[in-house]
Amino acid sequence: MSQTASLPVRVRFDDDAPPALRVRGYWSSVGYRLRHDPATLFFGLVVLLIVLAAIFAPLLAPFDPYKESVVLRLKPFGYRGHPLGTDELGRDLLSRLIYGGRSSLLMGLVPVCIAVVLGGTLGVIGGFAGRRVNAAIMRTMDVFYAFPSVLLAVAISGAMGGGMANGMAALALVFIPAMCRVAETATAQVRSLDFIEAARATGAGTFTIVRYHVLGNVLGPVFIYASSLVSVSILLASGLSFLGLGVKPPTPDWGLMLSTLRQSIYVAPLSCALPGAAIFVTSICFNLVSDGIRSAMDVRL
Amino acid sequence: MLGYITRRILFAIPIAFGVSVVCFSLVYLAPGDPLQTILPADATAEMVEQIKHAYGLDRPLPVQFFLWLGHVLTGDFGMSISTRRPVILEVTGALSNTFMLTSFAVPLAFIIGYTMGAIAGCFPGRAVDRIVTGAAVVGVSLPNYWLGIVLVIVFAVELMVLPATGMGPKGSAQFSIFRWSDAQYLVLPVVTLSMIPVGIIARTTRAAVAEVLSQDFVTTLRAKGLGEIAVIRHVLKNSAPQVLAVMGLQFGYLMGGSILVETVFTWPGSGFMLSKAIINRDIPVLQGTILFLAMIFVATNLVVDLLQSVIDPRIRRT
Repeated sequence: MSQTASLPVRVRFDDDAPPALRVRGYWSSVGYRLRHDPATLFFGLVVLLIVLAAIFAPLLAPFDPYKESVVLRLKPFGYRGHPLGTDELGRDLLSRLIYGGRSSLLMGLVPVCIAVVLGGTLGVIGGFAGRRVNAAIMRTMDVFYAFPSVLLAVAISGAMGGGMANGMAALALVFIPAMCRVAETATAQVRSLDFIEAARATGAGTFTIVRYHVLGNVLGPVFIYASSLVSVSILLASGLSFLGLGVKPPTPDWGLMLSTLRQSIYVAPLSCALPGAAIFVTSICFNLVSDGIRSAMDVRL
Repeated sequence: MLGYITRRILFAIPIAFGVSVVCFSLVYLAPGDPLQTILPADATAEMVEQIKHAYGLDRPLPVQFFLWLGHVLTGDFGMSISTRRPVILEVTGALSNTFMLTSFAVPLAFIIGYTMGAIAGCFPGRAVDRIVTGAAVVGVSLPNYWLGIVLVIVFAVELMVLPATGMGPKGSAQFSIFRWSDAQYLVLPVVTLSMIPVGIIARTTRAAVAEVLSQDFVTTLRAKGLGEIAVIRHVLKNSAPQVLAVMGLQFGYLMGGSILVETVFTWPGSGFMLSKAIINRDIPVLQGTILFLAMIFVATNLVVDLLQSVIDPRIRRT
């Protein structure tokens, strides 16, 4: 990524920043600010732990998350070695919570990645090409913008018949228009700057200009926006599973667990609240980390 | 002014058209033949052709679309597969129940969110600002379907002071918000639904107030000796258009996005109907509800834009 190309837009130090900051490069000053932000570091650590727990679930989970037991249904915390008790089919709740992170995180991250690639590309094309191409892309995006996000996700995955892959596709489609808008705005801002003109004057082709001079300035806002979408995506994905449109039983998933344990709300209210707490903690940590990175990178959307 | 209004309305028409195209194509996203749910399992090929012809499904897609659009514009959304009633009756009945929820949730969210945001914005960086900002993040990151379940656990299961779900024994037809025996069913869904908008409105208000506070005219007001309360009044007035716009959009979001909360509380609104339609694979109801909700969203956006231009004439210039 070209450092010089990104200078005009990115570097905007506060007047009251310590003098040491001024001589640093962009990324090292971002790193400096992140290292001196204990809150973001802490929540970043929690996110890391959640991700690691999901990856190494087979090593961490005390029981098989699929193993059912007729006699051990809805047992309280600590019952016969089950730290968080058991669910409505007698499966160990802690193991299912650990395994459940897998599908929840996957459904939170994959749609955002798809949206970054597709929406980002469309946005850069629209912003750089301008005029008719831009109008065609952005007006199409406006149509999808005209749906509340929950409704669009439910409508598409509901029509496609649910399932994890369909759910992820639906969520990606929900995020693409917003992603496209962010990329388009950033591209259009850079396009009219002098250094693009200078690059063109030195004989650089469109591809080279986009690759070296535009992308460097667009990736920042796109990355920040994508990081703020992860938490939304996790919430929506769990919501889809809660409605029976996402992950299918018996796969452990937080949203799905919330919906099945809800039937036993009068018997085991505390167990019923747990999967939702997992969704909440994951979502808020991603949100706070995203906020921290945003202020460290000093990008305004 | 008139020019702006006309332009804005003309701009909404292609959007509304696009939205109806998306709703129409939903049927074709469904796996298998759209006829599958109506046809008997042992239908012969000849019979399939006949039914296809009767429903106009043997015509080219664009023709089908405009036929469908014509029906929709005259209020004919077809029949529900599961209840055999016209979709339009089902949808309007459910929409009024959703509207009841949102018409309480939005003002509630506005009062709480605006107060929180205004206080935080007036003291940027102070403890009260940190608390409000933190609370706003919680509001935005909270899965509201889970919050609903937690509220049910606390107030219905443990304390037993409020009903858990539904609209009461009399159903939605005789529901009256002026009777506590009915109105108590509103409390938990409304509180749950207002949680996300509280976070969003508090965030927006805080940002808007803090931004206005840093403008030069505030210094001028103070310099000419205006009291702090009068200054704050000026600041709040200047930050109002932005906040009102966000609040208007939230109304649209809640109308269309209440599906999870309505499912938790089995509130017989449009969202609950949508989730039932998905389970029953009742495509006409699914299509009709989504079209209605999306059109409401488009209309709210339009109204918000127009209102904003009335409040703040600067917007019209762009």
